[in-house]
Amino acid sequence: MKIIVCLKQVPDTAATIKVKPDGSGVETEGITYVINPYDEFALEEALRIKERLGEGEVTVITLGPPKAKEALRTALAMGADKGVHLSDPAFEGGDSYATAKALARAIQGLPYDLILCGKQAVDDDAAQVGPAMAELLGLPQACVITKLEIDANRKKAVVHRQIEGASEIMEVSLPAVFTAQKGLNEPRYPSLKGIMGAKKKEIAEHNPSSLGLSPEEVGLAGSKVKILKLSPPPSRATGKILEGEPREQASQLVKLLREEAKII
Amino acid sequence: MAGGVWVFAEHRDGSLRKVTLEAMSAGKGLAGLLGEELAAVLMGEGVAPLADTLAHHGAQKVFLAQDSSLAKYTTNAYATVLSQLVLQNQPSILLFGATAQGRDLAPRVAMRLEAPLASDCTALSLDEKGRLVATRPIYAGKVIATVLAEGSSQMATLRPNMVPISEPDSLRKAEVVKVSAGPSPEGIRTRILEVVQEVAGAVDLAEADIIVSGGRGIKGPENFAIIRELASVLRAAVGASRAAVDAGWIPHQHQVGQTGKVVSPKLYIACGISGAIQHLAGMRSSKCIVAINKDPEAPIFKVADYGIVGDFFQVVPLLTEEFKKLLVEG
Ligand SMILES: Cc1cc2nc3c(=O)[nH]c(=O)nc-3n(C[C@H](O)[C@H](O)[C@H](O)COP(=O)(O)OP(=O)(O)OC[C@H]3O[C@@H](n4cnc5c(N)ncnc54)[C@H](O)[C@@H]3O)c2cc1C
Ligand SMILES: Nc1ncnc2c1ncn2[C@@H]1O[C@H](COP(=O)(O)O)[C@@H](O)[C@H]1O
Repeated sequence: MKIIVCLKQVPDTAATIKVKPDGSGVETEGITYVINPYDEFALEEALRIKERLGEGEVTVITLGPPKAKEALRTALAMGADKGVHLSDPAFEGGDSYATAKALARAIQGLPYDLILCGKQAVDDDAAQVGPAMAELLGLPQACVITKLEIDANRKKAVVHRQIEGASEIMEVSLPAVFTAQKGLNEPRYPSLKGIMGAKKKEIAEHNPSSLGLSPEEVGLAGSKVKILKLSPPPSRATGKILEGEPREQASQLVKLLREEAKII
Repeated sequence: MAGGVWVFAEHRDGSLRKVTLEAMSAGKGLAGLLGEELAAVLMGEGVAPLADTLAHHGAQKVFLAQDSSLAKYTTNAYATVLSQLVLQNQPSILLFGATAQGRDLAPRVAMRLEAPLASDCTALSLDEKGRLVATRPIYAGKVIATVLAEGSSQMATLRPNMVPISEPDSLRKAEVVKVSAGPSPEGIRTRILEVVQEVAGAVDLAEADIIVSGGRGIKGPENFAIIRELASVLRAAVGASRAAVDAGWIPHQHQVGQTGKVVSPKLYIACGISGAIQHLAGMRSSKCIVAINKDPEAPIFKVADYGIVGDFFQVVPLLTEEFKKLLVEG
């Protein structure tokens, strides 16, 4: 089984994100970057499927600046077989539409039975690239999955997909695109041996022209949703600390919620 | 009259989702500014009665697609019918709820039509050229982005609880346009085998008006009973920190935060939660925040409107009692 995992390098979730004074972007200094947490679940699942079937190949693909190669190396160290890096200044600033288009183009040139993504990237929080690629590749999709069982012989998968207050159990014919949610698995850490081995693994490079795309079709130029301005979230007014014995605190709170906040 | 503003009418168990009505309110505002009509797209089987509710909430037109192939939501069948409808009618704007269904369907339809899509928006407006401008939190709310959708049939998914539902008018009627829908030509490549409900009657986090959450400070899974008791008096949903989820005290569906659900209820009560940056990201846009924590230095107090420095085991049962007096016994 040939599996493709799309992963994005994003700021660590513990990072404080500061908006540049002119609102044109965020400050990148001092930020540590990691593999998007949901993409780690996707990668872990791919590795487990390969291990379970005893055969197969896991290719990790990312679109991002030169630095994003670190994410590919980490994934190779975890056990992925090959990397693909879409890296070119022209790709910068792309929205989900432009990103999905470039990734789908690169994937079209590869053999695959299954494509795994994260449910969303924790920087842009768009949750679009998985289904958008599925559309471009003409594949069925299942988003936000917490369980995946592959029946390689029948070319089918059974997935559990999270919806509000319930899980939907679905059978999907392969190839398909699935987006991973927490709960799917516990991602492994790269081993020392894996890290050493990763250095020798191949990472293929792509730019727009090697994908048959013009510079106008990718990055900011190829985007349909454009950022006008970034701002910090509205700050919250200083709150009140309620004094007294627990019973007083409780009755004060109920009173304030009714009379001051007018919520209850 | 050009285009129109459309709302994809999501329903479950025979009623419209709350966020659909919120999107109707938002859509009505946009349609008014554009001088265009407000329409809803209603798909399913046996859903015709919901057209009246949509009319009461401002729909001037309801596109009704009914077919057994649409009885259960599937990406392909829904995307096919909706895309064709959009192609034929060219609405200016199409809104979805940012729900499991909306987030599954919208990117697919947007890509098929090469239309712009802004996800999980908290506010919608228009620029001077009448193009859709959306406000959307990114980095789990650590940053707020203002974005512009460029192209025809601009799409957005709207986060629940952001737009007040406007008062329905039961005298309003809508023109119902029947849309033919057969099995999707591409065949059915996905099949729903089963839907496993969580605890019956539980309030969904994303749409809840009130959330009571527990963290590591509540000490064990059995103590979620104390949280649930308060939640049931308040008709609230139950949330949790990742520490409580990772400890296996409560399923992940309840996790609030950057890698859980981002919520904006009217009232968020955090019990025994320290307020790590990833947790704050998921709840800091709540209208009112109450924190109960025994450590006065806990970062959660920095975002709390009302803070109680105290022991969960003492304070929360008393709080439940007080609310009961007020709400149940009146
Ligand atoms: C990639 C990544 C993603 C993450 N995503 C999320 C996320 O989505 N959501 C999330 O919540 N976290 C997330 N985290 C984890 C986050 O960093 C914190 O570890 C977590 O939020 C801590 O949970 P907590 O507040 O329950 O526990 P703690 O930080 O241990 O806090 C427990 C609190 O309880 C208080 N307490 C103890 N006893 C009592 C008592 N008897 N009465 C009252 N108070 C008491 C303590 O004073 C303390 O403040 C993420 C972390 C990473 C690395
Ligand atoms: N630049 C990228 N490179 C590779 N994969 C990506 C990229 N952007 C998004 N993805 C994939 O698409 C998923 C959803 O991303 P998004 O639509 O940006 O929220 C991510 O979890 C990744 O699996």
